[in-house]
Amino acid sequence: MKLTRRLFGGAAMATALMAGSMAQAQDPVRIALVVKALGIGFFEAAAKGAEEAAAELGNVEVIYTGPTDTTAEGQIEVINALIAQQVDAIAVSANDTDALVPALKKAMQRGITVISWDSGVAAEGRELHLNPSSSPLIGNMIIKMAADELPEGGQVAVLSATTTSTNQNTWIAEMNKVLGNYEGIEVVGTVYGDDLADKSYREATGLMQTYPDLKAIIAPTSVGIVAAARAVEDAGKVGQVNVTGLGLPSEMAGAIESGASKSFAIWNPIDLGYSATMLAYQLATDAAEAAPGAEIPMGRMGTLTLDDNTEGAMADPFVYDASNIADFKDIF
Amino acid sequence: MSLLKSREALLGGAILLLLALIATRFPGFVAPDNLVRVFTDTSPLLILALGQTVVILTRCIDLSVAANLALTGMVCAMLNAAMPGVPIVMILCLAVSLGAVMGMVNGLLVWKLSIPSIVVTLGTMTIYRGIIFLISDGAWVNAHEMSEAFTGFPRASILGLPVLAWFGILAAAAMLLAINRTPLGRAFYAVGGNPHAAVYTGISVGRTQFWAFTLSGALAGLCGYLWVARYAVAYVDIAGGFELEVVAACVIGGISIAGGAGTVVGTILGALFLGIVKNALPVIDISPFWQMAISGTAIIVAVTLNNRNAKGKGRIILRRAQEQTTEGATA
Repeated sequence: MKLTRRLFGGAAMATALMAGSMAQAQDPVRIALVVKALGIGFFEAAAKGAEEAAAELGNVEVIYTGPTDTTAEGQIEVINALIAQQVDAIAVSANDTDALVPALKKAMQRGITVISWDSGVAAEGRELHLNPSSSPLIGNMIIKMAADELPEGGQVAVLSATTTSTNQNTWIAEMNKVLGNYEGIEVVGTVYGDDLADKSYREATGLMQTYPDLKAIIAPTSVGIVAAARAVEDAGKVGQVNVTGLGLPSEMAGAIESGASKSFAIWNPIDLGYSATMLAYQLATDAAEAAPGAEIPMGRMGTLTLDDNTEGAMADPFVYDASNIADFKDIF
Repeated sequence: MSLLKSREALLGGAILLLLALIATRFPGFVAPDNLVRVFTDTSPLLILALGQTVVILTRCIDLSVAANLALTGMVCAMLNAAMPGVPIVMILCLAVSLGAVMGMVNGLLVWKLSIPSIVVTLGTMTIYRGIIFLISDGAWVNAHEMSEAFTGFPRASILGLPVLAWFGILAAAAMLLAINRTPLGRAFYAVGGNPHAAVYTGISVGRTQFWAFTLSGALAGLCGYLWVARYAVAYVDIAGGFELEVVAACVIGGISIAGGAGTVVGTILGALFLGIVKNALPVIDISPFWQMAISGTAIIVAVTLNNRNAKGKGRIILRRAQEQTTEGATA
């Protein structure tokens, strides 16, 4: 993909580029990490991961930047500035799938490696996209976290967002596919809290009443998991019913502390920033090429396998529990 | 009078029937412990519905109650996170006054600029939600940032009932007294029943509506703290869409949307009815798609009953007044 673009770019451009990549051997590789907006804990953590990758690679300078508010216009300005600075690679978490495409195309025409991570850009505006995780991995993880606490097996129930939430429905479908791998775990029902704290709380209370032997509530939604944990605390069932699913460490710190939730998962922004930087470095130094089916190494995070849409999933969602919550609760 | 009584008796009967029906599918629901839990869960709805009742009685509507609740809740939560030492009494006072101020804004716009209340509160609803985003930057205030006392207060048990439930009971009792035994309470009915006649009796329609909004705002503010402390989380969207449930509770309770008719007891029963339905649906194993349909049907049925009674009510009030004057004359 990159190759074709370079050919289109013309001979003059190609010469300039070759000179450029020769110079890279001495100059540090400059990788810009463009985030949705500055000052968001999640992205500050990703920047930490990027610095970690830079330190590991040695010859890399990370430019952490982004607009002050989460707008596509702001990101376009930032990207244009980066093009002017002639950075070697741009790794962007986009505020808009399509709006950034022209600016990023321009960057690619100038020989800059462009990848998107976390929140993607349309395929023509980047060389590859790094997803934090994938639906099958998430579906497996949410049931695994419940099952790990239940060696004897038992009843678990799902507290979802709305009946029509695409993400949650996909994850629950993937979860049901791998249910057979977890012996003795019985999913007794799925209820919907509509991502409202009060309705989720009521539904969670209802689950505990309907199924007195319930052992775990799986809530793959950040509002639901917090409300379910609160409902378990109020019902005095801490230790009896374990709340797990997807949530943010800052929001779940209280539930971990009280014991209502033993563990929950979400992608780790540090790993995400680290992987994005590693991938950008591999592509910018031409050590790897972003093509469907390609396997690109990303340091300690293993390798990224690209699908037909040149997208790849980083890893299983990262599990947070009492041992590591303190490190993350102030980050995001 | 007998018709009014029968209306509440009807609703009371419906509630008992509903409880009996639920008990056949899930006997644990009518256990005293669980009923206390259901009442506690319904208390915020009850308190808001009491405020809304007053507003609807004066021929207005307050759509900003949920946004008011959310903003007050966020302010309380942020204050608690920043200064955990501030006593709960102070936070309660702050919540009530902040809510009252927001209610006054609605009231002033309706009173001084004569803008229809639905437009005013639709506007302030979005403004209040917007302010939450501005002050919080969209971030949540989470359980571990709140102090033990802050989240523990609505849960603390007095004489076997949680404080949250006591607030519901107190608000209901205070409102019963205020509506039936104070000049302002009677003015609400007068303004809603016949604004022109109210003016001739020396009641300022605008001022009465202003106080109705202030009262509704103060109660919403109180709920703001209670809500945030109960669910131990504050974010922009808390209680999203709750204003409609509050209006529904009033309507089910027989408060005429045209103003001037309805009783506090009706509102209490209406809120309880809705609260029981909301708490029962999760345990009686009904598909979530049906749940919405059932809630909606309950409202339509209530409005239909209301409309059929509404005409009669106008006459009843007149007859009552007539009876009273004749009684007064003979005495």
